[in-house]
Amino acid sequence: MSDTTGVGRGGSSGRSTAGEPELSEAGNDPMASRQPSLVDRLLGRHVPGAPAMDRMLESKTDEGRQELAPRSRTSPQELRIESGRMLRLPEGVQLDSGDVDVETPEDESMILNLGPSHPSTHGVLRIMVEIDGETVLRSKPVVGYLHTGMEKTGEELMYHQGATNVTRMDYLSPFFNELGFCLSVEQLLGIEIPARAVWIRMLMCELNRISSHFLWLATNSADLGAINMLVYGWREREMVLAFFEKVTGLRMNHNYFRPGGVVADLPDGWRDDVLALCEAIPKRMDEYDDLLTGQPILQNRLQGVGPLDAEEAIGLGLTGPLLRSTGVAWDLRRDSPYLAYDKVDFDVIVGTCGDCWDRYAIRFNEIRESVRIIGQIADAMPAGDFRTQDKKVTPPPRSRIDESMEALIHHFKLYTEGFRVPPGEAYVPVEGPRGESGVYIVSDGTAKPYRLHMRSASFSNLQAMAPLARGALIADTIAIVSTIDPVLGDVDR
Amino acid sequence: MSGDGGGEASAPASAPAARPQETLHGCPVVDGPNTRVVHCNRDRYLDLCRALRADGYAMPIGVTGVDYLTHPGRVLPEGIRPERFEVVVELLDLAHRRRIRVRLQVPASDPVVASLFELWPGTEYHERETYDMFGIVFEGHPDLTRILMPEDWEGHPLRKDYDTGHVPVQFKEAPRGATI
Repeated sequence: MSDTTGVGRGGSSGRSTAGEPELSEAGNDPMASRQPSLVDRLLGRHVPGAPAMDRMLESKTDEGRQELAPRSRTSPQELRIESGRMLRLPEGVQLDSGDVDVETPEDESMILNLGPSHPSTHGVLRIMVEIDGETVLRSKPVVGYLHTGMEKTGEELMYHQGATNVTRMDYLSPFFNELGFCLSVEQLLGIEIPARAVWIRMLMCELNRISSHFLWLATNSADLGAINMLVYGWREREMVLAFFEKVTGLRMNHNYFRPGGVVADLPDGWRDDVLALCEAIPKRMDEYDDLLTGQPILQNRLQGVGPLDAEEAIGLGLTGPLLRSTGVAWDLRRDSPYLAYDKVDFDVIVGTCGDCWDRYAIRFNEIRESVRIIGQIADAMPAGDFRTQDKKVTPPPRSRIDESMEALIHHFKLYTEGFRVPPGEAYVPVEGPRGESGVYIVSDGTAKPYRLHMRSASFSNLQAMAPLARGALIADTIAIVSTIDPVLGDVDR
Repeated sequence: MSGDGGGEASAPASAPAARPQETLHGCPVVDGPNTRVVHCNRDRYLDLCRALRADGYAMPIGVTGVDYLTHPGRVLPEGIRPERFEVVVELLDLAHRRRIRVRLQVPASDPVVASLFELWPGTEYHERETYDMFGIVFEGHPDLTRILMPEDWEGHPLRKDYDTGHVPVQFKEAPRGATI
């Protein structure tokens, strides 16, 4: 395998290693011109002709380590974060490092990795914890294992292709990603979408909230030892996904919402399917209520574990069930209604003390609220177009292509060149199952976003890890991660 | 608008009297569809954010960056000189149900801005991500390390002059038989 550039790459990395003039001369011998690779550096291997190893390490890792380090090598400010004291101290109060982790001398504690590959982390989340016996003193999530540069990819895709990129970010609630993207694009375009498209979007989003919460219910219960619920949760989720497959053709990563509406109308008989779900799910929720909520083991595992107060939640930018568990009734569906959420009736579920039990109860009851909303949507679904008739963003229907040359040209132009979006910026937040998610788009007037940024709820919510885990037991840490409910595809993007 | 305390330095002196620029805490502000957008330069940034925090914008929604290298002709209010980078801060006031976006101009020659960690601890991850992706340094951030990319990665991927589609990637060179 010919290797031309080694590890050097373009871009404006602030510092590059000092140039070695002899490297370019030895161009035909790949070994001689090789810069030390990551593997070389990890193994401490010497590469002929390369600068000295210690200098390399120094110049390339100036960003610093991401892991949890022994306390003696950690700054007081970092200690403060890792031990979960994020909020600003009152004026005049200084935090000294000795105050952070009281009493336990460093040689009596131990740094332990939870993950990145551990069933309870629901993906590839690595949490480093410093423990004293079973008690967590400090913790730090290390993320990025699933980073695939989707924001950069998004800059290379045209607007009509963008939904297929963002839908893969939070893979458990794909419709919310697509919705955030489409609403932002539509705001930039300044177009209205037909009423039927609005209600179809609402229907799919609420069903998606149910499927996402069911998956959470399944995995959360499994983490806490209620293995039977794992099977039931997956089963119910699968019922919803079967409906998604019927509508969109795919169980996940649907690419169903497009700027201007949805890509296809609901299939015949959709209402019966939806009503069947609305009938089946509440009954089963009652069963799970009996199975889980009243169960003393589950109660003991969740009640009073990982408490959070409202001020902390707001300061940390936590949204969704995490915020509502602290008693803050904030739900974007109610507080800044998008789509047609102001036309449906539902309750915002809030907790009181912000512990794991509250977060459990909120998600549990949000499934019921979503069923309530879906029932209303099924009754109120308007007839009409499912996609805007603006020729600029909507391609002609497939059937027209066979009979009209203009339609063929139009279709071809739209799919090869895309549609141009006026310059500007937009960010439209939506209330996903995990909290506020939205897509910030900067347009420069071309057919591709100039910048696409996903504000993902999981990424912000993960900041709650350190404050929640402080003083908890290892087993409680599992319950805490589980009730934060991060989706790592959304965290790392 | 409850928090319009600092209207003292209204429109910049050079602006003709055609349409006075609305200001918030001395920085030009523009109304958007569901948010207000306030523009500022680095000298006013921290003061502005402190004032917004005091106005009730208690929740940090996010901090991100934009590299305007290949799109220089964007519309900015009078008195704001466009720079290569922008740091975009999204804030939310739960009590009044309002949002505000701060757009801060950051020059490419010296991409250093103040950290908002002490005002909103929830900006910690977002600032790390912005640093990771754009190389903008947040001064005063307690733990400014890369967050999404590996810690020894070079370059900042979301900069517009960072190559995409470059085949020899950093992880490619594992020699045969190497055990890591």
